[in-house]
Amino acid sequence: MLVFIFRRLLVALSVAITVSIVSFMLLHLSGDLAISIAGPESTAEQVEQIRIDFGLDKPMVYQYFDWLWSAVQLDFGRSYYFQDTVMSLISDRLPVTLTLGGLALGLATVIAIPLGVIAAIKQDTWIDRLALTIAVIGQAMPSFWFGLTLIVVFAVNLHWLPAGGNETWQHFVLPAIALGYYAMPAMMRLTRTGMLEVLNSDYIRTARSKGLNESSVIFKHALRNAVIPVVALAAVELGFMLGGSVVIESVFSLKGLGQLAWDAITRNDYPVVQAVVLIIAVFYILLTFLADVINAMLDPRLRVR
Amino acid sequence: MKRILDVKNLQVSLPTPNGDLRAVRGIDLHVNKGEMLCIVGESGCGKSMTSMALMGLLPKRAEVTADAMQFDGMDLLSLSKKERNQVRGMRMSMIFQEPMTSLNPSYTLGNQLCEGIIKHKKVSKDEAKKRAVYLLECAGVPYPEKRLDQYPHQLSGGLRQRVMIAMALMCEPDLIIADEPTTALDVTIQAQILRLIRELQQEFGTAVIFITHDLGVVARIADRVAVMYAGQVVETASAQDLFSDPQHPYTKGLLNCIPVPGKTLPGSHLESIPGVVPSLIGELKGCAFENRCSVSIGECCYRSPSLENHLGSEDHQVRCSIATASSFREAV
Ligand SMILES: Nc1ncnc2c1ncn2[C@@H]1O[C@H](COP(=O)(O)OP(=O)(O)OP(=O)(O)O)[C@@H](O)[C@H]1O
Ligand SMILES: [Mg+2]
Repeated sequence: MLVFIFRRLLVALSVAITVSIVSFMLLHLSGDLAISIAGPESTAEQVEQIRIDFGLDKPMVYQYFDWLWSAVQLDFGRSYYFQDTVMSLISDRLPVTLTLGGLALGLATVIAIPLGVIAAIKQDTWIDRLALTIAVIGQAMPSFWFGLTLIVVFAVNLHWLPAGGNETWQHFVLPAIALGYYAMPAMMRLTRTGMLEVLNSDYIRTARSKGLNESSVIFKHALRNAVIPVVALAAVELGFMLGGSVVIESVFSLKGLGQLAWDAITRNDYPVVQAVVLIIAVFYILLTFLADVINAMLDPRLRVR
Repeated sequence: MKRILDVKNLQVSLPTPNGDLRAVRGIDLHVNKGEMLCIVGESGCGKSMTSMALMGLLPKRAEVTADAMQFDGMDLLSLSKKERNQVRGMRMSMIFQEPMTSLNPSYTLGNQLCEGIIKHKKVSKDEAKKRAVYLLECAGVPYPEKRLDQYPHQLSGGLRQRVMIAMALMCEPDLIIADEPTTALDVTIQAQILRLIRELQQEFGTAVIFITHDLGVVARIADRVAVMYAGQVVETASAQDLFSDPQHPYTKGLLNCIPVPGKTLPGSHLESIPGVVPSLIGELKGCAFENRCSVSIGECCYRSPSLENHLGSEDHQVRCSIATASSFREAV
């Protein structure tokens, strides 16, 4: 197991390095940075000055290592637009996004897995159909619309929860529900198909032939094997929610990473874009690594590879 | 001799889009304490369905009925779910055809060997492990202690089947149902596993229902034999009687299909029974074997024969009008 974790870490590290190169290149190959920083009305002299100030006159490789060295020290330089360091912007925003993503994923998991299990056990009954209907609605409904509906019902009409902002935990309830319901259906369906497949397998028949209780057949023998693909999916979904929850963040006026990325992109704020891309990529890599480790704990066959 | 299992008129049907598939059509079976009963028949004749019905492992949509299903004096069909769980696993257990997939890939062999006995007999983990090691050793698994911490994927198919055999013996059951336990293994391993099952059956005095489609296997291990065709028992006899004095045309046909060393010349034509098994959907008119039978007469098309004693003996029964008629003539 330790060897497995070590090997997976090496893979993760090499992916991280690749990502850092790509995200560095993306910006530097997308045009002359000095010109775009200086703006359209600047003189050639000003552009030159900026080129020297920002170190853009140095060789590319030198610039990369310079940037990478700062990046591992969490120094991403200053934002071009916000009057602040990139790191302090990110450390403001990241906790909001992590809280939202974590809550949403937690909520989705807590609902998706039991629902998927019940749907599989009660295949083709009204319970199964109800579960599938809930899933289809979740997939078909645009999340901004569901978010707005939640605000109208629970914030505007019932006054139970705040409509926007991120000051207290209560501010996270509605956006987590909106985002969680968006992430839930795929996990629920995957759990259901996984369970159906596993419940038909020979080793479940063996478990039954031993006269075990139904609960031990389902939870000990079936669920553990059925949930493996769901773990991988959950990791991807959480990664996606970290980078892609712009819609929910704007509906609920949460100041998260998604919004920051959006603002930075629309304003050519390259250091911020670069840092956000890198951080989200690193989270993705961490999540995939974590999912691999969890799955290897669940299924010993995955430990050898 | 005392009967451990006694089944009368067992029927199993499965709903399919084309109508009910009646896989088992009124089987009478009994197994004496400590004996090896072989059920033999070609693929699709309902052998697995019968064993699953006995174990209570059929899917919910399958409909199982029987006039009687007595296990050691208990009526299996009237047991509650909990009582049935108790009987299955503790007093009867099963070995399956597919050793590669019959063990859970995620748990150690020790865990899977011990969970049944821990549940049914409330023994401690250590006692369970001790018994597991002992049985693995009996089943010819090398390094039995080490195996407890291994996972199924670390073992070959033959070893996994040995583990399944040890697992079936954990709770000292009165009856083991082995459904083609050697079919998925290669020939040398098959012979070993066969010998092992026979040895353990005699050593522990466990009754075994051994299901196979291979009469060669039957010849080597059976005390008694039931020959199945299209969801029915067509002939049942002691192994000796069946091989020396087969009555049913189907049994005779099957016996003709076995190559006999010394008699069957290399390269010579091997017999086979012409024709195909009738569809098991809906009613069968007349004798199920009629369309493939070489001695059938007009009557066979519409009269369904019943299982009759051969030469007045309950120990040898045949389901064939012609065989019964000639046996009757001999007796008179
Ligand atoms: N899950 C199922 N659904 C519908 N029909 C089935 C199912 N399983 C088996 N059958 C049918 O039931 C009949 C009896 O099958 P069974 O598995 O008992 O045969 P078998 O004698 O064990 O054959 P084999 O030697 O191939 O294992 C066959 O005609 C088969 O096609
Ligand atoms: Mg079978």
